[in-house]
Amino acid sequence: MNIVVCVKQVPDTYEEKKLSDADKTLDRESVEGVMNELDEYAVEEALRLKEAHGGEVTILTMGPEKAVETIRKALSMGADSAVHVVDPALHGSDALATSYALAKALGTIEHDLVILGVESTDARMSVIPAMLAERTGAAQLSFARKVEVDGSTVKIERQTDTGYDVVEAQTPAIVSVVEKINEPRYPSFKGIMAAKKKPLTTLTLADAGIEASNVGLSGSGTSVAEFAARPPKQAGTIVKDEGDGGVKLAEFLASQKII
Amino acid sequence: MAEVLVLVEHFEGTPKKVTLELLTLARSLGEPSAVYVGAGYDTAKAALAEYGAQKVYIAADADLDNYIIAPKAEVLAQIVGSASPAAVLIPSSPEGKEIAARLAVKLDSGVVTDAVGVGDGFVCDQSIFGGGYTVKSQVSKGTPIITVRPNSTPPEPAPATPSEEQVSVSLSDAAKKAKVLERVSEKKGGRPELTEAEIVVSGGRGLGAAEHFALIEKFADSLGAAVGASRAATDAGWYPHQNQVGQTGKTVSPQLYIAVGISGAIQHRAGMQTSKTIVAINKDPEAPIFELVDFGVVGDLFEVVPQVTEQIEARKG
Ligand SMILES: Cc1cc2nc3c(=O)[nH]c(=O)nc-3n(C[C@H](O)[C@H](O)[C@H](O)COP(=O)(O)OP(=O)(O)OC[C@H]3O[C@@H](n4cnc5c(N)ncnc54)[C@H](O)[C@@H]3O)c2cc1C
Ligand SMILES: Nc1ncnc2c1ncn2[C@@H]1O[C@H](COP(=O)(O)O)[C@@H](O)[C@H]1O
Repeated sequence: MNIVVCVKQVPDTYEEKKLSDADKTLDRESVEGVMNELDEYAVEEALRLKEAHGGEVTILTMGPEKAVETIRKALSMGADSAVHVVDPALHGSDALATSYALAKALGTIEHDLVILGVESTDARMSVIPAMLAERTGAAQLSFARKVEVDGSTVKIERQTDTGYDVVEAQTPAIVSVVEKINEPRYPSFKGIMAAKKKPLTTLTLADAGIEASNVGLSGSGTSVAEFAARPPKQAGTIVKDEGDGGVKLAEFLASQKII
Repeated sequence: MAEVLVLVEHFEGTPKKVTLELLTLARSLGEPSAVYVGAGYDTAKAALAEYGAQKVYIAADADLDNYIIAPKAEVLAQIVGSASPAAVLIPSSPEGKEIAARLAVKLDSGVVTDAVGVGDGFVCDQSIFGGGYTVKSQVSKGTPIITVRPNSTPPEPAPATPSEEQVSVSLSDAAKKAKVLERVSEKKGGRPELTEAEIVVSGGRGLGAAEHFALIEKFADSLGAAVGASRAATDAGWYPHQNQVGQTGKTVSPQLYIAVGISGAIQHRAGMQTSKTIVAINKDPEAPIFELVDFGVVGDLFEVVPQVTEQIEARKG
C-alpha cells in the first residue's frame, strides 16, 4: 500500500494572521509556519497503515521554499520521501488552482491511497480532498474517523452530523481524516536525524506539467475585492458571583429580550 | 430575472432551516429554483413553495442515497448545464462544501465557502481567521458557486407556486465509487441542531464529568437551545463529537452563545466567535473567553448554572 500524504504549511495558530495590502493574499513570510495541525493526523494514519500493511509513504506539499520545514517534520515523523511543488507562479492560487496543481503532482507519484487533513487552519475551506477526488477519478472517502484496509478495499467511518456512515471503496482512494482518528506521534531524535537524508524531489510547474494559466492569482476562480480588519470588540460586562451570579445573568438575558 | 439554484438540505424530506434561509437570500439575487435530491419531496414541497421557490428540480432516483457527495454534484452539474443559472447557493455544511468542491471542478468555476452574506454581483461577505477580518470576495471564473453559513439570513416566507421538473440522472461510474454500507445515528434527540440553533449552550472541561452535562442540558432546555461542547469535553467522552464547537468541530453563529466551564482556546473561538451575543460562566477571571463576552459571570458553574436555569423557568411563569 503506497500512500501519499498531502501536507500544508500554515501560519502558526497562535500567531496573528495578516492579509497583505499589495495583493490581498495571506502574508506567509512574516509569520511562523507550522504543519497544518490536522495534517499531523493524516501523516500518523499513513504511518500506521504502512506499519500494518507495508509500502511507502510520500509527503506532497505545495508551497513556498519555506514549506520545506514542514516537509522535514513529516519526514522526521517517519515518512519515506517527499515531493515539494514550488514555483513563484503558484503564489495566490485558490482552491480550484491548488487542487489542479496537486492533482498534476500526484500524477508523478505511484500510489494507492492519498490521505489529507479535512481542513487547513488558514483557508478552512475543507474542499481540497473532494476536489482531488473529482480531478483524479479516485474514490472519495472523506471525514474519516476510522480507516481499515483489506487488500484493495478501503473502509472508513465517515463522521456525519448525526453519527457516522460506513463507506467503502476500492483503491485508488482519497481519504481525509478528522482529529479523533489517532494521536500523532512526536518526531524522535533518530527520526529528525534520518529525515535529513531522505529523498526530497522539487517540482516546478514545468516538471509537473502544470499550465501557468491555471494557477496563481490570475488562474484562480475567485478574487478578493476588499478586506477590513474587524474592529476590536467592546469590553463586555463581567460580574463576580456573590451568590447572585445566576440572577444577574437572567437579568442580562431579559434585558436582551432573550427571555 | 436570472435563475439562482439553491441546493435543498433536508432530513428525510424536511428542509433544514438553512434551506429556507438560502431561498430567502436567493430571492434578493434573482429567481430562486430549489434543487431537491433524494426521496421525500412530497414532505418538502409545501415549505419550498412557502419560501418562494419559483421552480423545483427533483432528482429522486433511489440510487442517489447509496453513495456520498459525488452524485449530488453530478445532479447539480447537469442542471447547471441545461439551465445556465446565474449562481448556485449551497448550505455551508461539511457535505455542502464537498458537493460545492466537486461541482467547482466539474464546471471549472470558482467556489466561495462560508459566505455570511451575498450581495449584488454575487459579491460575498466572509469572516476569516476566526473573525479577525471581514472580506468581500467573488467568483471570477465560471458560474459562481457559493456555500452560505446557516444563520446568515433570517428566513422570510414569500409564497409561490413553483413549477416542477423531474431530473433523471444516470450516475457515472466515478460517482459510484464510494458506497455507503450503513448509516449510524448517535444523535442525542429532541434539541435543535447545533448549526441552526438561535441559542447554543456549550460545556467544557469545567463540567468535570459526563453526568454533569445534565446541568448544561437543563439550562439549554430552559432556553430552547442546542447543546455544544469543547474538544476537551468530547475527547473525554462526556459528549458526542458531533456536538463539538470549534476549529475541528462545528462553526456556529447563533444569536446567543453561552460558554460554561470553557477557557476559550483559539481553536474553540474559531467556531463561535461570530455569535451575535456571547456569555461565559467561568471561575477563572483570567480565562481568555472573557475577552469575547458581552456578559460574563466569574463564578462556580455548579452554583451559577442551576440558579440561572431556575430564574429562567420562573420568568416563564
Ligand atoms: C488540531 C486541534 C484542533 C482543535 N479543535 C478544537 C475544537 O474544534 N474545539 C475546541 O473546543 N477545542 C479544540 N482544540 C482544543 C483547544 O486547544 C483546547 O484544548 C480546548 O478547547 C479546551 O477545552 P476547555 O475550554 O473545555 O478546557 P480547558 O481549557 O481546560 O478549560 C476549562 C475551563 O473551565 C473552568 N472551570 C473549571 N471548573 C469550573 C467550575 N466549577 N466553574 C466554572 N468554571 C470552571 C476553568 O477555569 C477553565 O477556564 C483543538 C486543538 C488542536 C491542537
Ligand atoms: N498547498 C497544499 N499542499 C499540500 N496539501 C494541501 C495544500 N492545501 C491543502 N492541502 C491539503 O488539503 C487539506 C484540506 O485543505 P483545505 O481544503 O484548504 O481546507 C489539508 O488538510 C491538506 O491535507
